[in-house]
Amino acid sequence: MSATVLDWALVAAQVLLALAMVCAVFRLARGPRAQDRVIGLDTLYVNAMLLLLTFGIRTGSSLYFEAALAIALLGFVATVALAKFLMRGEVIE
Amino acid sequence: MNALPDWAAWLTALLLLLGAGITFIGSLGLVRLRKFYDRVHAPTLGTTLGTLNIVLASMIYFSITEARPVLHEILIAIFVTVTTPITLLLIVRAAVFRDQLGK
Repeated sequence: MSATVLDWALVAAQVLLALAMVCAVFRLARGPRAQDRVIGLDTLYVNAMLLLLTFGIRTGSSLYFEAALAIALLGFVATVALAKFLMRGEVIE
Repeated sequence: MNALPDWAAWLTALLLLLGAGITFIGSLGLVRLRKFYDRVHAPTLGTTLGTLNIVLASMIYFSITEARPVLHEILIAIFVTVTTPITLLLIVRAAVFRDQLGK
């Protein structure tokens, strides 16, 4: 009983997170200006990180946790670099 | 690996659904809101409450199945909470700068 509840909740959570990623990709592809695309990319990687955490719960291995941590670290750096580029026109002055 | 008791399964399922639902609402706001300065605020639902709920679900699940406190997921929550305001501040500053430049 309890195992099936958790299975269904995992499926529903993964579907919701995948739809959230689709919304972020829409803003990434469509966004009228460059800053909209950066926000879309930021949302996309946070949603992907949460999806990896749900995969970790499903498979019961902690391998996915490390991938999620790497995505969180690298995504922050990528967004800061893109914002710096929008501000100044170059990343490292 | 221990079996998951009923209350832990229900709690994990509830936290997972709550976190994923809040994240989805935040991303939907990214599509639906009209202005850029409105849209900036929507995804922070996912980076604060959504991340917190899913990380809590993961911590509860692994702590019970492995019968020891598994707390390393808190790193993700701390890191995302610290970095989200910084990225948003930088992006909005860049957007304000570009808007002034365009006028």
